[in-house]
Amino acid sequence: MLTAVLALTALAIVFGLLLGFAAVRFKVEGDPLVDQIDAILPQTQCGQCSYPGCRPYAEAIANDGAEINRCPPGGETTIIALADLLGREPIPLDEEVGEEKPKTVAIIREDTCIGCTLCIQACPVDAILGAAKQMHSVIESECTGCELCLEPCPVDCIDMVPVTEDIFHWKWPYPDETAAEAKP
Amino acid sequence: MIRQLFNFKGGVHPPQHKHSSTAQPIRPATLAKQLVLPLHQHIGESAVPIVEVGDHVLKGQKIARAEGYVSASVHASSSGTVVAIEERPIPHPSGLNAQCIVIDTDAEDRWIEHGAPVTPYTEMPASQLRNLIRTSGIVGLGGAGFPSYIKLNPAGCQIDTLILNGVECEPYISCDDMLMRERPEQIIAGAKIMRHALQAKQVLIAIEDNKPEAYAALVDVCAGEDFEVVQVPTLYPQGSEKQLIKVLTDKEVPSNGLPVQIGIVVHNVGTAAAIHNAIDLGKPLTSRIVTITGDGVAEPCNLEVPFGTPMQHLLDQCGGLRNDVDRIIMGGPMMGFAMHSTAIPVVKTTNCILAATKDNVTPPSDVMPCIRCGACADVCPVELLPQQLQWFARAKEFDRAQEYNLFDCIECGCCSYVCPSNIPLVHFYRYAKTEIWSQEREKEKADQARQRHEFRQSRIEREAAEKAARLAKKKAAAQAGGGDKQAAIQAAMARAKAKKHAQGSGPKNTDNLTESQQQQVNKADEMRAKAQQIAESRRAQAQAAMTDKPGNTAKSDSDNQAAKDEKE
Repeated sequence: MLTAVLALTALAIVFGLLLGFAAVRFKVEGDPLVDQIDAILPQTQCGQCSYPGCRPYAEAIANDGAEINRCPPGGETTIIALADLLGREPIPLDEEVGEEKPKTVAIIREDTCIGCTLCIQACPVDAILGAAKQMHSVIESECTGCELCLEPCPVDCIDMVPVTEDIFHWKWPYPDETAAEAKP
Repeated sequence: MIRQLFNFKGGVHPPQHKHSSTAQPIRPATLAKQLVLPLHQHIGESAVPIVEVGDHVLKGQKIARAEGYVSASVHASSSGTVVAIEERPIPHPSGLNAQCIVIDTDAEDRWIEHGAPVTPYTEMPASQLRNLIRTSGIVGLGGAGFPSYIKLNPAGCQIDTLILNGVECEPYISCDDMLMRERPEQIIAGAKIMRHALQAKQVLIAIEDNKPEAYAALVDVCAGEDFEVVQVPTLYPQGSEKQLIKVLTDKEVPSNGLPVQIGIVVHNVGTAAAIHNAIDLGKPLTSRIVTITGDGVAEPCNLEVPFGTPMQHLLDQCGGLRNDVDRIIMGGPMMGFAMHSTAIPVVKTTNCILAATKDNVTPPSDVMPCIRCGACADVCPVELLPQQLQWFARAKEFDRAQEYNLFDCIECGCCSYVCPSNIPLVHFYRYAKTEIWSQEREKEKADQARQRHEFRQSRIEREAAEKAARLAKKKAAAQAGGGDKQAAIQAAMARAKAKKHAQGSGPKNTDNLTESQQQQVNKADEMRAKAQQIAESRRAQAQAAMTDKPGNTAKSDSDNQAAKDEKE
């Protein structure tokens, strides 16, 4: 009887110490799940999901059970990837937050721009160049198409222009199976 | 000695249809009025134009230079005037436009000065040969258009075998067949140059047994040379590099690897002839042999076509199109793609223009569901699981598709060819591949955006912290220094008073004053006293206010500072 109690106590102490050591030694800094979700999100920082950026949305998905269908720029691809990562069912994009649109970039009509710097302050990725009372210009390769610069512009001189397709970025369309294809 | 041949798994035997276009010898195509030369006729970076609109150019003149490592130059394919450098439709499955140099020909077809180099190729180092081949704009003429000079770089590997690919396994196409029949000596001359550049131990020339005339011609020319002409049994897609290597040597090129890693280099026979022209004659690549065939044209034939010639111009020379043409395909029926218009120009990779009628290409019934018969897996020459890949592509599960080696697919079309349900399998793989590439590009862009966003966040935070620190410091200084300042003023005033006193400075010139003057002085003294009184009372009031609300002035101070900061 005593041996059994002693043995169990000894085991409990050993495993307790082991677990305690492991908890300290292998402590995970930060939240890896949030990082993984954030890596899937398109990083437009547009806030259409109603969270103030991609990372806050990732945090909300990981911690507050936010739905995975609130990212219009990511669209179906992002929803599928998130569903895959989190083991949830893919669901269609929430209509409330917007719809999946073709990719666009902001272009400033430079003769209309008054150089107020408001768009520069709004741009989440510092993709607008300019200074007070100087014409502003968008670095197209850095623009994520988030549309956050449209609203603050006092003279509405920013246009969202669809990204033109070229042969280097062209994608084969999803096969249309209603029509038979060529076959020798 | 008869060489032992091996097999690759799978493959199909589609109807050949080659005889219709091999009845006539190769003819030079007539010169079109306008040539449209795309800057992107090869795999890799587009070439960069080095001529301007209005320039007069000669045939063989370089008009665009290779940019980057994987690239090839473009040369004027006839003499004339550059009339535009703009976006025009090019042969691409998308039907999109791309940058082209447009030349109005002057009908003279005058060559730029050229000739054989002073030093024969045997005395040139391999790197100089490669450079010449690069500046001559030579790319693989089998259909893929990979810059040839890169494939002539052994890159530190010992090259055992150089294989010249005259297999031409795809139905309808006969341009390599005709080249081998009519110009075998050019091919051999090119092969010698390639062999010299690669220092290859042996050279094999592979020809399918459905081209006996070509085989005979090459055997004839090879007499006395140590080149081996090998006849291989007809089987599609034997002309694919990796499959041909397997058949000839029983070696397999590793997945994601290159033949050069196992000591083998494969070049098309047309490329060999082009290299001969470039090195031995100094002529850059300005034309190629194109098969114009299919039931849609009256007289199928092979033409030697200057690049940039519109397809319509060639179809007209072959008796024009019949009314029941369904589509114009560039390449063969297995791997080619439909053109969106007949104004599209011939480029370096155009081996065939197939004017197909409905009977030529369209299956008799519509697409049906997959019945999991497994025929596609039986014929796949790369030993993939086409059916599984199709399910993954259909469901957009691209990572699963990659796990099943989607990128080893050579898009040969065997699976689609045998599919009893007519499922466009290859289209699914092409869709999945381009989708994966696009996702990779987007991922890269997202990472960049994330980095920029995070940097911006940290910058804003840092600026806010710096500002707060600065304000705190100012405030502290104002509070601590407020008393000091007052004391300093008082001290200064006291000093001034003491000084005045010491100098004994009283009113001067006060003797001998007249009555009125005295009155004026008195008045002034009175007013001075009054002013002093008012000033004193105001000072007292201010002091009282300050002690009442000590934060007030400090706050307005900081407000001012904030406004100032904003302006800064």
